[in-house]
Formats: sequence, structure tokens, C-alpha cells
Amino acid sequence: MASRAQIIGGVLFLIAAAAALVLPEWVASLVTIAFANALVVLGLVVLWRAGLVSFGQALYYCIGAYTVALIARWTGFTDAIALVLLGGIGAGLVAALVGVLLARYREIFFAMLSLALSMILYGVLVKTESLGSTDGFSVATPTFFGYAPHGQALGLSLYWLTLVIDAVAAMLIGSYFRSVTGALAAPIRDNEIRVEFLGVSVTRIIHAKVVIAGVLAGLGGALVALSIGHVDPNMAYWTTSGSFVFVTILAGSASVAAAFIGSLLFEAVRSIAVDVMPSLWQMTLGSALLLTILFLPEGLGSLVGRLRKRADAKP
Amino acid sequence: MSINGSPILAVRDLEKTFGSLVAARDITISVPPEQTVGVIGANGAGKTTFINMVTGHLKPTKGTILFEDKEITGKPSREITQLGISRSFQVAQIFPTLSVFDNMCIAAAIARRKQGLLGGVTTPVHSDVAVVEAQATIDLFQIGRFRDTLASTLPQGVRKLLDIGMAVVGRPRLLMLDEPTSGISIEEKFDLMQVVMSALKARKITVLFVEHDMEIVARFADRVLAFYDGTVIADGTAHQTLDDPRVQELITGVRLKPGAGHA
Amino acid sequence: MLLTLSAILTDGLVYAAYLFIVAIGLTLIFGVMKILNVTHGSFYAFGAYGAATAVGIYANSDLPAALGFLFMIALAMAIGMIMGLVIERGLLRLVYGRDEVVVVLVTYAAFLILEDVIVLIWGPGSYAAYQPMVAAGNTELGELVLSNYDIVLVAIAAALAGIAYWALKFTRYGRLLTTVIFDRETAAAFGINVTLVYTATFVIGAMLGALGGAVMAPKISVTLGIGVEVIVLAFAVVAIGGMGSIEGALIGALVVGLCRAAAVHLVPQLELFVIYGVMALVLVVRPYGLFVRAQPRKI
Repeated sequence: MASRAQIIGGVLFLIAAAAALVLPEWVASLVTIAFANALVVLGLVVLWRAGLVSFGQALYYCIGAYTVALIARWTGFTDAIALVLLGGIGAGLVAALVGVLLARYREIFFAMLSLALSMILYGVLVKTESLGSTDGFSVATPTFFGYAPHGQALGLSLYWLTLVIDAVAAMLIGSYFRSVTGALAAPIRDNEIRVEFLGVSVTRIIHAKVVIAGVLAGLGGALVALSIGHVDPNMAYWTTSGSFVFVTILAGSASVAAAFIGSLLFEAVRSIAVDVMPSLWQMTLGSALLLTILFLPEGLGSLVGRLRKRADAKP
Repeated sequence: MSINGSPILAVRDLEKTFGSLVAARDITISVPPEQTVGVIGANGAGKTTFINMVTGHLKPTKGTILFEDKEITGKPSREITQLGISRSFQVAQIFPTLSVFDNMCIAAAIARRKQGLLGGVTTPVHSDVAVVEAQATIDLFQIGRFRDTLASTLPQGVRKLLDIGMAVVGRPRLLMLDEPTSGISIEEKFDLMQVVMSALKARKITVLFVEHDMEIVARFADRVLAFYDGTVIADGTAHQTLDDPRVQELITGVRLKPGAGHA
Repeated sequence: MLLTLSAILTDGLVYAAYLFIVAIGLTLIFGVMKILNVTHGSFYAFGAYGAATAVGIYANSDLPAALGFLFMIALAMAIGMIMGLVIERGLLRLVYGRDEVVVVLVTYAAFLILEDVIVLIWGPGSYAAYQPMVAAGNTELGELVLSNYDIVLVAIAAALAGIAYWALKFTRYGRLLTTVIFDRETAAAFGINVTLVYTATFVIGAMLGALGGAVMAPKISVTLGIGVEVIVLAFAVVAIGGMGSIEGALIGALVVGLCRAAAVHLVPQLELFVIYGVMALVLVVRPYGLFVRAQPRKI
């Protein structure tokens, strides 16, 4: 029997899928990007639950994006699903390698090392002429099992692909959180030494989390690369990592859904702010972040939790 | 399981040196199952080094450790925990942002997780088994009324009981207690030890506990080991060891007649 | 060959001076308050913009260039002082005691807000403040042409390092600071007014950040986004030298400065890679930096 959360999730998924048919193209495109970025945020939530903040998820995001772009450019292969999966795998491999190092660090050092690594990639890309340096280069139009859509059909295809990947990720991560390893996040954050004394390798778990977050970020970057049709080194810049962390704080780590809702909200606020007051959108975002930290430290997701508790407490 | 009659823990010629510093030497002890052993000695005498070697946090430089007739010398602590040896801490090591029940449940779930690479990921944390074991251990240590209390707000005595409970919920066969009554007020020490010891006896767990309070040691230990300068200088029943003149000279001071000065 | 080597040395030294001036405020704040202050980028930017404004005012008058330079510095540091006070008393005070990372995020939020405040005050265009640099002229050292302004920069960095060293070792405030850096709780137990020390430190850090911006303004195009770049660079320097260590900031600045100069002259593609590569390397080998020791935890 599916739990209440899973039923609600399923309904929301269907609504979102159907919505694509009625939303104007530019809105659907924004939603696609928001849902793609939500994967990166989900990865950050996995890390945040264990008390770790990565200021360098842009590394894997960028790798996912460039993997897609380069494979399409060098081999002419354009199948969307395959490309996105390859993007995720590529990012995952780098995460597995880099994670061996990162898993030995905590708190501010974890954040700084992850920042440094993403900036290294940025530095390399910016100076690489063949990849367009700061301008980047464009990504070939994706195909779907041979079907080559254009215009609105292309937008819809990418939208649904993103939604499906989101749903699969949400289910897998949800069950991860309910497993012993996933539930160890809070104990690791609270008292890592005790977890070790209970017979668990904390380093191995953290390494796994780095890889999970890396794969998710890579998938997100790959999807965005296909949606925007362009990649550039800015995808690895620290401000990109910063905006993902921003959304994570906004959303909170209480649930899987928070990552998606938070990402949608962020994209909406950013678009509106850029449109209505183009010189003040950073101030708007900064203020939102500040207010969240000061008054809703558990993020918006905790509001849901509080409402639920009140509903359950009623006689 | 050890063969009937053979000791649960057999340590022979154990030694640990750090460069030129000899932290422990010539330790040979044999502990039969379900015995309660008190370990006394001044700080730096080698008690903690001994515990750390048995629980796998230090590799002995010489000697062997056998647990249930299997050699565990130098094995990593993770493996040793999984084999059935557990420990508690001088300063209670608990998870402050979780409730008492969640603390216990996670310890139970860890002990019962499936083996293999993806074992932890495929075992649900609130499985029936873990929940039942957690509740049973909470009741065993008589902290049921704190079940849903946040661990960070617990009084010191309950923290200690939770700490020990978490070491016990995985059903170890050997438990090392590091100063179980440290930080507890004198009035509460006896009651705490009473709860702990009856819980451990109920689970048939062999216990080695480090203590500085000689009355506690005398009251609860079947056998007492006295450490001095890295080695064991006395090994016998509580009375034998505590009355040993060398022990009195080097560790405890002259012992008052039983009953004197006690309320 | 010799020319390239001397070019690397001089460029490296000048860049190191710039990095040190920018990083010293950041490392001071981290050392005393354990805060990784992202707003430092804003102090730098405000210092630069303020300097540009000052130079603009000054260029229209007939007073000597050297006084103009001093005016520029004074204005920037005043801006830094006010900003430092406002942020520390108005914002940081609300989150003391919370998780380190949360405090970093608060400074990040403040930085985002301040980026737009710059636009509100100075608009989106860029400013030029090159007059002091031009006025200083050049010195020729054989085949090398050195800008006198760069020499002044190095002198300022050296002076700052000297003052910092003397202040920490020989003044009352300096010794208070050292105590608080070492152990905040013990310092408080000794009756040191830690709150006052925090405010003073943050304000000084802010002033140093603004000074960095002011001093660099004549060399760069003062435009949006200069704060963004500087933060990561400053972080890199501080991470390499050790957070909270002034000597560390000096050595870190020298290491990064020389490595970058070498890269620029020999293998230009590696310019950015070198900076963050060294940062990553140091974090891996000595996570607390080259000059700071880790502190173990007791159980």
C-alpha cells in the first residue's frame, strides 16, 4: 500500500506532466530548467542531512553539461536519454574519484575543498580555446529514440524527460532516506565517532553521498545543457554553486519534495525579479535567503512539517 | 560462541608501546563468560590502552587477543563490534538531536543491517525487529518515560544509561564500560549501577568496567584487575584485590572496614 | 631568460601584494570570529567604487596627486568602517552561536544584497580611477619597466604586514586578539569583553577589505562583479596560509602571486588552474593551512 506521501507525489507528477500542455512555451521552458536544477538541490539535501555543505556542486553540474555537449559535438550522437545518463555517469565517476579525498573532510573544509575543485574546472575551461573559453559553445538538438522534434514538441519532450528523471530520482532518494544508511545522516552529523563505534564506516557513507550528489548534479547539468542548447564555463563558477546552496537552504532538508518545490519557487522569484526590477533581483534573493535563515532555519519544507503536525494533533 | 568452559576473552602477553613509551605490557588475562570484572588503577596506568586494544582502536605491538576462541588481535574496530564486543564511554556519546527512542532504534538497526555492499541501503531503519529491540532495551534500562525526549535535554544519569543501552541493543556478548558512573552524583551512583548490572545480567553479557569509586567496584565486581604502570599487579576477587597491600599502597589507599563511613 | 625571470618576480610580488592586502582582513575575521566572511567581497567593491568617486572629485581640483591618493584611501576606509559596523551590529550579532556554515550563508546573503546596493548608488556602468597610477609614473630597471604605483602597492603591503605583526605582539588590543583567537571561552573567562573584540575586529577587517579595493581601483576597471572574483581569490590565499594566520596570509599571497606570475609568463592556460590547484593541494595535505595546527577532540 503506497504511503500518503507517495500518493500525493504521484498526483503532483501527473498534474505537472499535464500542465506542460497548457503552459506557454517560455514558462514550460523555465519549469524544465527549475526541475533540472532541482536534481542538484536534491543532491545537496542528501549531503546537508549529514551536516555537509558543498560549495562546489557546479563541478558535477558542469561536467554533466559538457559531457552531453562534447559527445554530441564529437560523435554526432544525439539521443537525449542516453546523453543525459552519460552526463550523470561522467559526473558520478569524477565524484567517485574526488570523493575519496572529500570524504575525509568536514564542515568548512569540505565546503572549501569542494569550492576549490569546481574553480579548478572553471579555470581550465576558461583558458581552453577549443572549447570556446568564456563563451562556451552550443549543444546539438537532441533526438528521442530517433524521433527528432522541433519547436514546441522539442520543449515538451525535454520537459517530460526531465519530469520522469525527477520522479525516478525522487523515489530512489526517498527510499534511501528510509534505509539504515540514509537514516544515519543525522547521527553522523551529531556524533560521527559514536557511529564508527557502532560498527559503521562513516567515510564510506560520506563517499557514497558525494557520489550520489555528484550523479544528481550531473544529470541536472545534462538536462539544462539540452534545454538551453548551450554550455559555458560559468556553469562551474562558484556563484552557480552558491545559488544551488541557496535553494537548499530555502527548501530545507526535511523532505524530498522540498527540493523540487524550492527550486520552482526560486526560479519563479528569480524570473519575476529580473523582469520587474532587473537591478534589484540579487537584493531580493539575498533578502529571501536572510529571512529564511533568521526565521525559518529548517527551510520552507519545515512549514509543511509543522502543518502536518498540527493536522495530526487535532482530535 | 565459545566452547563450554573456555574463556570468552583470552589475552596473552599483550603489549603496546608508542615509540619509547610503554603504555601497557605483559598483560595476560582470561575471562570466563558472564563474569563481571572491575578494572581499577590510576590514570595513565594502562586501563584505557587495554580497552582500546581489545575493542580494536589500537593495534597491540605484541601479544594475542582471543574472543570466543577466535583471534581478533589487530582487527579493525568495525569488525570487532560486529563480532560481538561493544563499549560505552566516559562521556556519554549519544545523538543529541534525536529522541531516546530514535537513538536506540538506529543502534538496533545498524546491528541488524544486511551484510554486503548495499546492505545498509536495502535495510529499512524502522524495521519491526529494530523497533522491538529498541523498545526492549529502553525498558531493560528503565528509561521508558524518556522515550520521546530529545537526547540533548536528558539528565546526566539517563544519558549514561542511553549510552550503555546503545552499546547493548545489538546483543554483544562482551561489553567494556569506561567509567560508567563518572559525572554522576554520589547519591545516584549505586542506583545507576544497579540498573546497569541487572540489565547486563539479564542479557548474560560479560562485563569489564573501569571505575575509580572503590565502593562501586567492591559491590558489583566478581573479580577485580588492578593496573599499575602499564601492567596488572593484582587479579582476584574484589576482596582479594582491594585488600592486597600493593594495591592499597599504589592505588586505593588503605581500605576502611566494610560498613565504616557508609550511610 | 633573465628578463622573464625578473618579470615573473616583479609581477609575482605585485600580485602578491594585492592579494595580501585583500586577504589580511578576511583572515583576521576568520581567526578571531571563526567566520568565513563572504561580505568581504562587498567591502572590497565598495572600497573600489568609493575610491573611484574620490578620484573623480579630486581630479577636478588642483591639489597635488599624493594628497588625492590619501583622500582616496581615507574615504574608502571610512566607508569600510561604517559598513563593518552596520553589518556586524545589525546582522551578524543575530546569528552568533549558530552553525559555522549558517553564518557563512548569512554573509553570502548580505553580499548579494550589497551587490545591488552598489548599482543603486553608482549605477551599472564602469568607472575609471587611473589618475593616481598615471600620476605616479614609471621607473626603469634595465629592460624592465615598473610602475611606481605598483612599487607603492608593495610598500603598503609590507607596511601592513609589519603593522599587523607589531600590533598583535606589542599592543594591548593585539594581545587580546591573540587570546581570543586561541580560545574564545577562556578569553571570556578572563574577563575579556569578547563582544567588543568581535565588533572591533570585524570593523578593522572591513576597513582592510575596503582599503584593498581602494588601492586596486587605479589598476582595474571598477565595474560590477569585481567583488565576486576577489572573494574566491582571497579564500584561496587564506586557505593556503591558514585561516586566522597573518604570516599565513603573507606566505599564501606570495605563493599564489609567484605561481600565477609564472603561469602567466610561461604557460598562460594554467593561470587560474594554478591558484585553485595550489589551494586544493594545500587543503589536502594540510587542511588547516600551512601555518595553523588542528585541535583534537576529547571523548
